[in-house]
Amino acid sequence: MLQCDFQFQYAEFNLKVKLQMQKQLLGIMGASGSGKSTFLKNITGLLQPQQGSILLNQQCVFDDQKKINLPMHKRRIALVFQNAWLFPHMNVKQNLKYAENLCPDQNKKFSFDQIVDLLQLKPLLQRASYQLSGGEAQRISIGRALLSSPDLLLLDEPLTGLDYKLKDQILPFLNSVKLETQLPMIYVTHHADELAYLNAQVVYMDQGSITEIPKTH
Amino acid sequence: MLSSEEWSALYLSVKVGFFATLFCLPFAIMLAWILARYQFRLKFVVEALLQMPMVLPPVVLGYLLLILFGANGWIGQYLNQLGIQLAFNWKGAVLASMIVAFPLMVQPIRLSFQMINQQLEQVAGSLGASPVRVFSSISLPLALPGILIGSILCFSRSLGEFGATITFVGNIPDETRTIPIAIYSLIQQPDGEQGAMRLVILSILVAFGALIANAYILQNYQRKLGGKDAAM
Repeated sequence: MLQCDFQFQYAEFNLKVKLQMQKQLLGIMGASGSGKSTFLKNITGLLQPQQGSILLNQQCVFDDQKKINLPMHKRRIALVFQNAWLFPHMNVKQNLKYAENLCPDQNKKFSFDQIVDLLQLKPLLQRASYQLSGGEAQRISIGRALLSSPDLLLLDEPLTGLDYKLKDQILPFLNSVKLETQLPMIYVTHHADELAYLNAQVVYMDQGSITEIPKTH
Repeated sequence: MLSSEEWSALYLSVKVGFFATLFCLPFAIMLAWILARYQFRLKFVVEALLQMPMVLPPVVLGYLLLILFGANGWIGQYLNQLGIQLAFNWKGAVLASMIVAFPLMVQPIRLSFQMINQQLEQVAGSLGASPVRVFSSISLPLALPGILIGSILCFSRSLGEFGATITFVGNIPDETRTIPIAIYSLIQQPDGEQGAMRLVILSILVAFGALIANAYILQNYQRKLGGKDAAM
């Protein structure tokens, strides 16, 4: 699970977070510009905090005092964006295999077939990324992230931009991922109903700070 | 049909163009990547230096190459000791073409790198791909259209290269007499007009063939990506 206590400043914006994940799924809500995505970027290593520490499963990935700053590709933290960002020069199977092949065999948590079954991707495997609907692309993006066998999965507004019908299709998949993989996840969204559905520990971010005491549903 | 001299000029031009493109490619990709992705204080100096061969008279470039790489040149004297001779040699024609065509190769590759959405690279990194792997498996394939265009531009410019080449490597039949130099030689002769015209037509055909091949490969690649904006 994730434990972090850090500060990140960029121009006038100051992000100050002290947080400990208590449940497998941590939901972060907050207005646009409140710092949710900046928080995720600090966790993944895309941005570097000025002060503090970030621990994942008791292993330090960042500590300014100890001068530890694991590069992004060594943190084992997968990121799913609002846009699926499938690699356009690869078909669906190649996208999934790309992630699977990046993980050493001894660290693999899920098999290719397991993820394909879980997210019902089999009929899509030979398709090019431009032949997919938004919902299908997002399912593949989630599958690809899982196949990299991360220790933490970050979902940055993964359902934003999808219509309600598609959301209703994908949320059960996310719930299956949560229940069947037991993988720690952080889910950023504007929609409380998504977090309620997924039974997440919810925190609120406001102007770069976690303003409410973490509460559980 | 073509005479043996004309065949020789054609063969030499294609050989020079091919090797100039091949040797330019790694340097052009590296420089294009740096210019597309990094900001540094003296970037404007690098950009100006890159464009220099485009604005300098080709004869000036050829003369500078002669000073640097001639048998007694600053660098050439040491290369000579290693048995490498560039001046008045087809390898020198490759070097001259590389210098002249390099900026034309860098610009489209740089644009291609700039147009790749960096979130694709970030996703690959978050999946566990090292920066080298992200570059080789994501950035480079997505920049392929720019690399192809840059290569064709470099090759085509090499085919047409005249001023720097004739100044640096001269006009030696079967060694440095490429198509443009052969055309120049022929039009200096009283009965050379027909031969010159044949080589002119040949130049047009080779250049058109290269551009057609380029357009065909690009079209197929874009179809694979699902439209020209798919990677951007």
